[in-house]
Amino acid sequence: MIQFEKFTLANGLRVIVHQDTSTPMAVMNIMYDVGARDENPEKTGFAHLFEHLMFGGSINIPNYDEPLQMAGGENNAYTTDDLTNYYIQLPAENLETAFWLESDRMLSLAFSEKSLDVQRKVVVEEFKEHYIAKPYGDVWHKMRDLSYTRHPYRWMTIGKELSHIENVKLAEVKEFFFKFYRPVNAVMVVAGNVTTEKVKALAEKWFGDIPSGEKYKRNVPLEPEQKEGRKLEVKANVPLDALYKCWHIYPRLDRRYYITDLLGDILSGGGSSRLYQSLVKEKQLFSNIECYHFGTADAGLLCIEGKLVKGIKMEDAEAAVETELDKMKNILVAETELQKVKNKTESMMAFEDMSVMSRANSLAYYEILGDASWMNFELEKYASVTTEDILQESRNIFRKENSNTLYYYSGS
Amino acid sequence: MIETIKTPDRKIAPKIVDAVNLKLQLKPYKKLTLKNGVDVYTIDAGAEDVMAIEWVFSAGNWYEDQNLVAATANFMLKNGTSTQSAFQVNEHFEYYGSYLNRACHNETATVSLHCLTKHVGELLPAVKELLTDSTMPEEELAVYKQNMKQRLKVSLKKSDFIAGRLIDVYLYGEEHPYGKYSKEEDFDKLDRQQLINFYDQYYRRGKFVMFVAGKLPGNLEPLLNENFGDLGNNAVASKAIVAQPSAEKKFRVTNDKDGVQGSIRIARPFPNRHHPDFLKVQVLNSLFGGFFGSRLMTNIREDKGYTYGIHSFIQNHIHESAWMVSTEAGKDVCEAAITEIYKEMKDLREELVDEEELLLVRNYMMGSILGDLDGPFQIIARWKNIILNGLDENYFYNSISTIKSISAEEIQGLAQKYFNPEDFYELVVV
Repeated sequence: MIQFEKFTLANGLRVIVHQDTSTPMAVMNIMYDVGARDENPEKTGFAHLFEHLMFGGSINIPNYDEPLQMAGGENNAYTTDDLTNYYIQLPAENLETAFWLESDRMLSLAFSEKSLDVQRKVVVEEFKEHYIAKPYGDVWHKMRDLSYTRHPYRWMTIGKELSHIENVKLAEVKEFFFKFYRPVNAVMVVAGNVTTEKVKALAEKWFGDIPSGEKYKRNVPLEPEQKEGRKLEVKANVPLDALYKCWHIYPRLDRRYYITDLLGDILSGGGSSRLYQSLVKEKQLFSNIECYHFGTADAGLLCIEGKLVKGIKMEDAEAAVETELDKMKNILVAETELQKVKNKTESMMAFEDMSVMSRANSLAYYEILGDASWMNFELEKYASVTTEDILQESRNIFRKENSNTLYYYSGS
Repeated sequence: MIETIKTPDRKIAPKIVDAVNLKLQLKPYKKLTLKNGVDVYTIDAGAEDVMAIEWVFSAGNWYEDQNLVAATANFMLKNGTSTQSAFQVNEHFEYYGSYLNRACHNETATVSLHCLTKHVGELLPAVKELLTDSTMPEEELAVYKQNMKQRLKVSLKKSDFIAGRLIDVYLYGEEHPYGKYSKEEDFDKLDRQQLINFYDQYYRRGKFVMFVAGKLPGNLEPLLNENFGDLGNNAVASKAIVAQPSAEKKFRVTNDKDGVQGSIRIARPFPNRHHPDFLKVQVLNSLFGGFFGSRLMTNIREDKGYTYGIHSFIQNHIHESAWMVSTEAGKDVCEAAITEIYKEMKDLREELVDEEELLLVRNYMMGSILGDLDGPFQIIARWKNIILNGLDENYFYNSISTIKSISAEEIQGLAQKYFNPEDFYELVVV
């Protein structure tokens, strides 16, 4: 059970305090309710580029990193389809430095041309490093585009194409900031060796006078139900053929999300999982195979991907995957097999909760989803899943009409 | 009385406690010795009901006579015993939500278990079985070889993978454990009997130490003695292997004619942790390229935008090491990036670092160590590094006092000693 206290400033900033006196450190985690799904389809990659610009100096503080390093702190940030998160860890004695830095950049950025110019280049190199220079790096550009027709999950967080990033103007950066980066659209978690009293005082002092902003009302287009299976074949300069399949699943807050999560663990994720045992070890059709999902807030995708053993035909490999999925659809999994993946989930959560940083991050995430206290009910939700649930959801998900398949052939 | 909140002056930074003034302590371990003389280092701490155990064998690739034997024997530990198939072994560990991993390094090879403390009693006998009765079945080896060869094919398409291999070859030579790398034919040559022999000598009868951390059960010592107190633990002879660095120093390699980025590696040999300069050089390294605020990052990423990231570091080796700069940069700006790297070395040789920047590096390093000591697994990892390198707790406290006290003049002296471009190997792989 993770204990915390919560209060809201007059400007709408939600603040959560999680005390842990066993550490000498303090953590500040600020999560903004904006991600790649909130972007204009003609200007993708913006939320992530913006995250870089948040380090380019704020209205009163020309350099963000130096004073933090001077205070013995470290920080980082990430952008997902759904949200943008900034976190700092520093010695608890210097907590106020974090308040000073974060409040100033919530007040306003410096909006420097030089920073935009450099960070565009940095992000272009990030794009190349992760999505062009890497074999199979373009797979998710193609798969998202195939699987979604309307929902903004159809593009990657990094952006649909380099030109979207290269063409960003400073005026757009300002507009984005004042629309999304307002107290009313943010959650702040302060954790570690801190007291609620002190956090309250510091929050009032540093964040209290920031204009509230307008609450962002998300209105992203819903993805219509897929009525027909889709398929794409590509050829690329890679050494091995690879098979990718994905199916539409459920939003993060839907009970069936938990069923799907466990169902994926039964299929893959360990040396005794079904796909690995059957297709890598016994039939030797794949040299590796995985099943995973992205944990997105809106309805996401469950994916299976594998690289084929040289000489195996794509159709044969796919048929063998379907055979395993048919078993999921027609035969109840054993109670012990379900218990195994529940146990795995329990221990994974315990390991995650060891770090204050990770606890702070989770609290912010659940608060953005709706309520930080939901963090404490996750295990119960997993525990309530039955073998019948797994069977039923396998039938619902693994339908041909709901599937998207990519044959990724080697060659050039 | 009504307290009024004054709008703060945002131009002025709040007062800080300089991290150099923090008192840093490494929680001492408690040491047990099993019946067979095996040393067990333990840290009992943490709020969650979890623990980790690591078995560290003298069974790294330093000890093999043929490429990949050590790594493969280590991998195959988990792939079947005389009474259980690989599937059954995995199922047992996974049923309890535990993670059994293994890893092969240069000097050492490890087996590690992460689990909920309440399950450790069910899991240790299964680990014992792997350490005493692993059979490395022929079919399992065949699957492993096939899949590893496929994986290698994919890796060989990546410029960073190629660059990592080549720079080590230049530094140490292909015959040295730090320089040798895997080729397809090495997998083909692997033979089950060799693996069994290696397993027998370096695991079943071999030398090991253990590291245990987390919320530990009260009966830890009897539990460990019962399962591991009668294993071999015989001394293992370590061969002296001498590095044969390349005479040529500058290399440009094309791996993919359509590549969009180059992998840059610039490196020079550097002694191990026992050398008197080692701790001081950590400070110079941080300043040069060891963190986000370093000179390399500030210039080459934050000012020029040539790369997503650039880092310098001392390789984590026991016998001898190297000091390396590593980055992936746009193909057209690789040479410009290299020029800037040497320019930063020159600045450090010629100019004293000012006190403000030096204080920033000191504070950053201290804060980083403090943050890194958070939790039992991080604490035991520090101890493991100290112990396996033949050092003691003074190493930790000396590193703290070095960070606090090193002078700008000493840093310049080290830059003049180590930052001579002619000592560096230079490689770009596109």
